[in-house]
Amino acid sequence: MADRTTIVVASGDMDKLYSALIIANGSLSMGMEVSLYFTFWGLERLKKGGLEKGALSKMHMLGLGKLFMNWRMRKANVASLQRLLNDFKELGGKIIACEMTMEIMGVTRDSLQEDLIDEYGAVGAYIHDARQSNITLFI
Amino acid sequence: MAEIHVDVRGETCPVPLVEMRKAVRRAQPGDVIEIVGTHPASQKEIPMAVEALALELLAVEGEPDNWVIRIRR
Repeated sequence: MADRTTIVVASGDMDKLYSALIIANGSLSMGMEVSLYFTFWGLERLKKGGLEKGALSKMHMLGLGKLFMNWRMRKANVASLQRLLNDFKELGGKIIACEMTMEIMGVTRDSLQEDLIDEYGAVGAYIHDARQSNITLFI
Repeated sequence: MAEIHVDVRGETCPVPLVEMRKAVRRAQPGDVIEIVGTHPASQKEIPMAVEALALELLAVEGEPDNWVIRIRR
């Protein structure tokens, strides 16, 4: 079995989602399998139209900081979150949505980008993947 | 044997690595993949990925900010 990376995406902040997707895509590119387990505020980013809506975790400054960061990232030609997510799926990455988060935050399946989600699961689904992983992160 | 060209000049982390991986997936065994890029970290990490994927590294040429890497699948 291939080496595996499993990441809990609990934060919906823009910079943290970038970190998770870059590590995920790096892992896939180096021949590993990857599971991303979206829970709490992370799951908000899988809502339709929600991907780019995250704040900066620091220096957001009511959105000014994010505008500045987006400008700097465009100048550096950093890929968009959508492109990173498309690459993640194309390279065979797996996305799991947390069912408990959906229940407590009132998130329905049809409000999510269902085409991206491979599995709806609870902590057992995470542990199943994490115990076979060489890299596990909580972001 | 086919030769596949990948141009990631101007692209930054993690795009060169990801595009290399996509090209390797498209390639048949024995095909050569030539990647040209300008992102310095990628010049170091693509050979690491080549090793991890058990591919053959044919050449790493040029400067850190203007390089060519050749791989055989």
